[in-house]
Amino acid sequence: MYIYDQYDQKIVDERVEQYRDQTKRYLDGQISDEEFLPLRLQNGLYVQRLAPMLRIAVPYGLMSSRQVRKIAAISRTYDKGYVHFTTRQNIQLNWPVLEEVPDILAELASVEMHAIQTSGNCIRNTTTDQFAGVASDEIEDPRPWCEIIRQWSTLHPEFAFLPRKFKIAVCGSEEDRAAFLLHDIGLQLVKNDRGETGFHVYVGGGLGRTPVIASSIREFLPKEHLLTYLDAILRVYNRYGNRDNKYKARIKILVRAWTPEVFAKRVEAEWEHLKDGPATLNGSEIERVKSFFTAPDYLSVDSAAVDAELQSQAAEHKAFSRWLDRNVRAQKQSGYASITLSLKPAGVAPGDVTDRQLDIIADLADRYSFGEIRTTHNQNIVLADVLKTELFELWQQAKEAGLATPNIGTINDMICCPGGDYCSLANAKSIPVAEAIQRKFDDLDYVYDLGDLELNISGCMNACGHHHIGHIGILGVDKKGEEWYQIQLGGSANKDAALGKVLGRSLSRDAVVDSIEKLLDVYVENRLDQESFLNTYQRIGIEKFKERVYAPAS
Amino acid sequence: MHQHPKQYLKDAAVVDNSWQLVAAESESLPAGDILVPVNYWQANQQQLADHSGNVGVWIDSHEEIEEFAGSIAALPVIAINFPKFVDGRGFSVARLLRERYGYIGEIRAVGQFIRDQLFMMQRCGFNAFQFDSEIDLAAACKSLNDFSDAYQVAVDQPEPLFKRHR
Repeated sequence: MYIYDQYDQKIVDERVEQYRDQTKRYLDGQISDEEFLPLRLQNGLYVQRLAPMLRIAVPYGLMSSRQVRKIAAISRTYDKGYVHFTTRQNIQLNWPVLEEVPDILAELASVEMHAIQTSGNCIRNTTTDQFAGVASDEIEDPRPWCEIIRQWSTLHPEFAFLPRKFKIAVCGSEEDRAAFLLHDIGLQLVKNDRGETGFHVYVGGGLGRTPVIASSIREFLPKEHLLTYLDAILRVYNRYGNRDNKYKARIKILVRAWTPEVFAKRVEAEWEHLKDGPATLNGSEIERVKSFFTAPDYLSVDSAAVDAELQSQAAEHKAFSRWLDRNVRAQKQSGYASITLSLKPAGVAPGDVTDRQLDIIADLADRYSFGEIRTTHNQNIVLADVLKTELFELWQQAKEAGLATPNIGTINDMICCPGGDYCSLANAKSIPVAEAIQRKFDDLDYVYDLGDLELNISGCMNACGHHHIGHIGILGVDKKGEEWYQIQLGGSANKDAALGKVLGRSLSRDAVVDSIEKLLDVYVENRLDQESFLNTYQRIGIEKFKERVYAPAS
Repeated sequence: MHQHPKQYLKDAAVVDNSWQLVAAESESLPAGDILVPVNYWQANQQQLADHSGNVGVWIDSHEEIEEFAGSIAALPVIAINFPKFVDGRGFSVARLLRERYGYIGEIRAVGQFIRDQLFMMQRCGFNAFQFDSEIDLAAACKSLNDFSDAYQVAVDQPEPLFKRHR
């Protein structure tokens, strides 16, 4: 992974001191609440319903074991001993004290971490595929490009006060595991006829109140022009994005108002001035950054023997076999696999882990995955590059720590925002709904029979729980001060990205779980062969589901 | 906008301010050095040539600088207004003035910007800061030095960090 040099370190250290001084002046009454708001947000500090919340950046979801141990220690010293993994691959502390945040940032800086631009109307953390570098369908490793974007976006002098927040994702593979079409800029790595790397550039995707799938504005941007082209997009947005109404301020609204064709022309016109300028990437910088993402020293393995051994272990241990099915993924290097540690056991808020579990995750990474940890937008943890011969041992240790729930990709692996239990924006609680669903569908054979199913829950229309792109989406709504839930069907975050359709009138919390069961019944009754929930829905449409859920009680 | 504060920051020093800012709705021009709205300048260049003091312009954040950049290039001062401190359009306007139109005079921030933005504003080409509120200018000056280096190309540093150090 990327290692800071003296310049990277100095910038992060100076940001800590800048924020320390800002906090001091705020506490001394020299900075007003209104002025302090964007200053603290640009360092990830929200003031929430119960306490401040600090969001820590995990650039493109990659961490070292040393960093994970530091997070564990910070959560013990400055918080309540647990942290939350978010849908943008970041980490949140739920109970820090405002006065201590500069010290937390200094601790983070000591392990090459920060909270820069994790909130506020600026360029946020760039996200990507959790299987970068090991996926067999990869065109090119997206992580060096994410790091180049991280450096370009960090404290960018022109774009710190945009109309609204701005999110970039990079997809380096055939299958999309980064939901890149739902970002303000989505970059797809592609190769041209001559085998040269470039980017297919999409803009204007996003969830929230007005969910939109991004539009293509340039099919092939040669790689060396990445930063000047991003500068051009951001400059057009900074100048012409709506600043009067925060609900119309995202770039997607501008792209829609102008049309993608006109937006593309404006960007190209701006880019004419910047193209080939000094910010143009050179080969030595690209190679320098790439050199941090080289393959570890893989052992050569007798694949047939390893697979036979795994099969016999699986035959002997049903629970291990289930974990292999759901939580283990092949990678392009034979003899190795990527495993997902589930942060979704029933009874725990999705994405939450304790300090003790973090220490164990760090230990597991040191022992089995070259000390590297990846966070996922589905709020789980991935350890890549695990020798298949060590899977059984790893599984036993992960299980002991409560991290081996074999539910990845199932209905119980839901994406869920913190909701009304923590968030001051929420209309409704989301965590208790997630828990009720996990408790209801606790029969593993039934859950496995349902197969791949993405269920996403947001406590309000800001859509942090990505309800629009769940095969089943649940949205908390406020009806005269009461918490109700709207159900949507048919969303998808993959290459065939689709936004869910509303099933019908919203339901009380008690009715949500029963209604989900009815939806699943309709699926099971109507599916053909191995058809997934999403495919069945796409084939038969919404009516049958609707009729069942809203049928009068008989 | 404060129209005539006694002092402001210029080139990292506290200096006396001789310039009066003329509001958009103003009906008469004061004597001495003035900063007039850019559309007033465009409409009254002849008359302003006879003005007793120096003349500069101020631009609001929403204005299309492409429409008049050529005509103001020789003025000694161009002020850019921040109607709210979170309105970041002025950052782009300043860079365009310096980098695209080659403006070498004073670019002065006026309006609602805050001290904590100075480092980035300076990178975008501002070299003067006229605060609306009464603040300790000498203390604010420190914010110009919040960082000793930066990754990006900007007015103060035309080469990116990766070409200078790596």
